Amino acid sequence: MPASETINRSKRVDKVLEVENLGVSFGTLEVFSALTFSVESGTSLAVIGPNGAGKSVLFRALIGAQKYDGVVRWAPGVRIGYVPQKLDIERDLPLTGRDFLRAKAAVAKVGKDAIDRALERVGIARDVITRPIGAMSGGQFQRLLVAFALVGDPDVLMLDEPAAGVDAPGQEQLAEMLHGLRESKGVTLMVISHDLSVVFRHATNVICLAHGLRCIGAPREVLTPATLNQIYGTEVGFHVHDHLA
Amino acid sequence: MSMTTSLDVGSLALSLAMAAAAGLVGCFAVMRKMTLAADALSHVALPGIGLAILLRANPLVGAIATLAAGTILIWAVERHTGISTETIVGVVFSVALAVGTMITPGEALIDALFGGAGKISSIEVVAGLAAAIAIVVFIAMKRHELVVTLVSPEIALTCGIDVSRLNLMYLLTFALTVALGLRYLGVLLMGSLMIIPAATARRLASNLRAMFSISAAVAVLSTLAGTYIASVMNRQTGPVIISAAGALFFLSLVRPREA
Repeated sequence: MPASETINRSKRVDKVLEVENLGVSFGTLEVFSALTFSVESGTSLAVIGPNGAGKSVLFRALIGAQKYDGVVRWAPGVRIGYVPQKLDIERDLPLTGRDFLRAKAAVAKVGKDAIDRALERVGIARDVITRPIGAMSGGQFQRLLVAFALVGDPDVLMLDEPAAGVDAPGQEQLAEMLHGLRESKGVTLMVISHDLSVVFRHATNVICLAHGLRCIGAPREVLTPATLNQIYGTEVGFHVHDHLA
Repeated sequence: MSMTTSLDVGSLALSLAMAAAAGLVGCFAVMRKMTLAADALSHVALPGIGLAILLRANPLVGAIATLAAGTILIWAVERHTGISTETIVGVVFSVALAVGTMITPGEALIDALFGGAGKISSIEVVAGLAAAIAIVVFIAMKRHELVVTLVSPEIALTCGIDVSRLNLMYLLTFALTVALGLRYLGVLLMGSLMIIPAATARRLASNLRAMFSISAAVAVLSTLAGTYIASVMNRQTGPVIISAAGALFFLSLVRPREA
């Protein structure tokens, strides 16, 4: 086996994230507690659960935007690209998509070619990024956020419902792009999703969060009718298909 | 050239440098939806001015001291309690205005509130110009981090930006800009020179560079026109400068929005 392949393979099994006994509470209200898991480099972790179960709170805790108990340990020097669920941008904010992406390129200390590559990957037309970000459609802005996350070649992409507001063909394109990045560049994916079929198809591991319940494991182990019934409180069916929701 | 003339030229140069800095700093205050907070922040200088006058010290030193203390207080309270900036400002800076009014001697109060106190020494001019340059350099160097943070503090964190430290640095820069303009505009009006030009620019600009350029230009133009008109009409400079800025803002409303 060539030395380079050995190195690549050993790199792929390194843990990019280790979480021990993670808990978040808002006053007396416990969102979740005692959450322990790890994420290996180049894998795909899906987080599922009903609304209000704390999925976005989990991501916010992992990036340090939310106070928590327990341990969150990222691998040294890991670069994170994060796409939040929803941003409230005023329509008249004089900030174009280009301004926003240039800011990321400057902060990440990469050239403008990194912006071009990111735009190409997410399929945004050039004229769209000259518009103020508040004037973009929901789908256009979502693609811009994904492009922003990609500038600087992150090791980990954390996406909170990345396909929300994106049209059906766009969802498929986005799913292909994300999983293509994982396969070709070894990018680790952490995705909050409501589309169980996509989770079943693409995720290496699944964390499910529900009020007072949590489970962690491979999709085939977790996405069983009995577990889904417990998580969502009702019968949930899903089909395996290609698009991302 | 006489000493008086050279000092007047220095004073004018300082007022224009202060206006340009105010225009740039104000852009982020307007984009971050902290216009009321930013305007009221200047009020915290008043107790410092009053205290300095009572202690026979330089009023500007007192103003800078209370502005810095007030800024750190607002940052710390916001950080540790999660209370919004607007709320903290509403409480702290209104109290500061009340206390400052109580302790500032009557004859100095009008100057402290609206600006226009005497000649400016050459040392003040040099120090002021250095401060204005530092403010412009700060905005130029940190604009990208400020842009990412205003769109999403969470995204900024994942970009390696120390959001809390950046917020403190921005607030201190804002406070320094307020201190720079107190001589000309006073504690009641200085915040307006930071907000009105930026609000005008926000209406007219479609990108960040245009926002910076228009805001700085409106602030400088208002200061230049206000200073000239005030000298011709023998009025206090500060209110005329803000009236000029206000006129430009209302003029900008004539232009329909693009988006």
